[in-house]
Amino acid sequence: MFSDYSATELGSIFAMQGFAGLILFAVFLLMALGLAIIFGQMGVINMAHGEFMILGAYITYLTSNVFADYFPALFGGYFFVAMVLAFLAAAALGALVEWTVIRRLYHRPLDTLLATWGLSLLMQQSYRSIFGAREVGVEVPDWMAGSFQVTDFVELPVNGLFVMCIAVAVTLAVYLLMFRSSWGSRVRAVVQNRPMAGAVGINTAKMDRMTFALGCGIAGIAGSAFTMIGSTGPSAGQDYIVDTFLVVVFGGAASILGTVASAFSISQAQSTMEFFLGGSMAKVLTLLTVVIILMFRPQGLFTLKVRK
Amino acid sequence: MTMHKQLTTGGATERWGLGKLKLLAASMVLAASANAATPPTSEVNTTGLAVTDDTVNVGILHSVTGTMALSEEGSVQAEILAIEQINEMGGVLGRQIEYIQEDGASDWPTFADRSSKLLRRDNVAAVFGCWTSASRKAVLPIFEQYNGMLYYPTFYEGLEESPNVIYTGQEATQQILAGLNWIAEEKDAETFYLLGSDYIWPRTSNKIARKHIEDVLGLEVVGEDYFPLGHTQFNSSINRIRLKKPDVVFASVVGGSNVAFYKQLESAGIDLVDGDMSLLTISVTEDEILGIGGRNIEGAYAAMKYFQSLDNPNNESFVKAFKERWGEDSVIGDVTQAAYLGPWLWKAAVEKAGSFDVDKVREASPGIELETAPEGYVRIHENHHLWSKTRVGEAQRDGQYKVVFETQELMEPDPFPEGYQ
Repeated sequence: MFSDYSATELGSIFAMQGFAGLILFAVFLLMALGLAIIFGQMGVINMAHGEFMILGAYITYLTSNVFADYFPALFGGYFFVAMVLAFLAAAALGALVEWTVIRRLYHRPLDTLLATWGLSLLMQQSYRSIFGAREVGVEVPDWMAGSFQVTDFVELPVNGLFVMCIAVAVTLAVYLLMFRSSWGSRVRAVVQNRPMAGAVGINTAKMDRMTFALGCGIAGIAGSAFTMIGSTGPSAGQDYIVDTFLVVVFGGAASILGTVASAFSISQAQSTMEFFLGGSMAKVLTLLTVVIILMFRPQGLFTLKVRK
Repeated sequence: MTMHKQLTTGGATERWGLGKLKLLAASMVLAASANAATPPTSEVNTTGLAVTDDTVNVGILHSVTGTMALSEEGSVQAEILAIEQINEMGGVLGRQIEYIQEDGASDWPTFADRSSKLLRRDNVAAVFGCWTSASRKAVLPIFEQYNGMLYYPTFYEGLEESPNVIYTGQEATQQILAGLNWIAEEKDAETFYLLGSDYIWPRTSNKIARKHIEDVLGLEVVGEDYFPLGHTQFNSSINRIRLKKPDVVFASVVGGSNVAFYKQLESAGIDLVDGDMSLLTISVTEDEILGIGGRNIEGAYAAMKYFQSLDNPNNESFVKAFKERWGEDSVIGDVTQAAYLGPWLWKAAVEKAGSFDVDKVREASPGIELETAPEGYVRIHENHHLWSKTRVGEAQRDGQYKVVFETQELMEPDPFPEGYQ
């Protein structure tokens, strides 16, 4: 396979390949963080996670249209505004969903699966009715298109770099929020011992709502970022949901660090195998490996030690 | 004689939208042919179809909800437009067409259930519908059991020939062979890389493409790659392509994957306009470019039979009518045009047979010609597929294709190609 190539060519292809793995890592991380919070901290299986992402994507689409029509001079920067709006919209919808549906189901975790699946269908059809069944094209600013030439052979996609920056920023923010703020310690207190947290005066219902909203908001940011690399259509969220759950479950549901480690190992494995074996085969082998590892370690890679 | 009628109706189509003049023209046609063209119902319907003295019922069966709504919306619009235009001209055998629309909901058992309802309860004379091969396979036994007639618009993998289906799209060889010949010659290509989504249509298409490249053209296939449906990350695969340095990438990726693939191809710095590598796709119509974005696919070639930009009077009036009916922003892809042919082909067959009976329509179908087709002249083959030309278009930044090649002759449909299986 490699005999026809010079050492420089091979070197640059592997450099680009390494970079492709990192982009995939960033994508997985962005997809999974919101779900890790909701599933990991609250135990809610949110099947509508992909649809919250697509909400972010549609908000980005609307923002780009508004900027193109009313502030064409600022078009280059619309993406940052769009991401903030995507976060707010998805978080607001998340809070509403928690208040109307999820909070009634905390004692019936499997029913949340059905309820959120129904919600996902509802959201898909709403997108279809509002934005039309066809995919919409989101115009990215010029500076975000194309690639960044490192050497003659090595070209790095600008949007890939951008997704990586967002992933790092969001992960850092989640870490600070969950482990370095008093809000985060209250959330974790509720997760670890709900009656006790209530007894010391934490408003557990409010904590639940805000945690769910945060998870959905992060999904919105992810969806906004993915307009650069993927499609924006009513059912595009379905393309992400399986990988997202895979990353979260493999990482160990209650651990942010686990999610990072899991996203990293799955993305590296998949991108390497994809390079050597092709798309379908890589997927099969990745899933197979994950299943085997989970057979021996059903709690996932990392777990919080909680007294039972 | 049928053909002359078709020609005059082409004139009426061009006047579509001119208000009173249009109505006047339609009523004149109606009046002039009223006695001759309205035979008694007992004569034109001996099998209990939903035909009255002045109406005939047909079915439209596509997904308007679920994942496939994205693709099938255009087909529904085209079929409704064709039916309205036919009614405007006086209908079929003096009867106005009334359509019953059912939703397949992107779910194959639902397609089967709805088609059974259309055939058994509504007794429709014909059904225009289905999009994916899976949905067609699901309804096929029902159409054969209850002897219905289905007009199926999508380009597909072939390997099927049912007496109860008229295939108005291309089977695989019609789409692939001429396109490969053209790009091999035009780009002096020697190496090909085949890739597609992982299901029957891309796999069958690539099988045919590989045989043609290796056995007929004597050139080389340097790689073949498939992705699960819904795959969204292509950077590794793009590196894989880079490593193999093919002259031509032959792509049949579908759905949301399509968008991701072209966006990532563009941002990986692969230049389809001036670069060394060309790309020939059989899965991207103007419809898909809406989601992909013109800048991401500019310079790619597509092998189809129809492009919205085709320069002929039929197409001009078709595009105009379509936009008047469905909005100025509409785009029309290959399958949308093929769906538009369905009602017209059925009308021509019914008029030739002088009857709505499915058996007689089937018997009359082979040899039916349509000179008013937006893609140009088409004719129904004995094997129920259409003779039509293959064209290659180059994707433009504005989301349209520029036609760069078309076959001189109509390509013969060959659903069971010998030597390609």
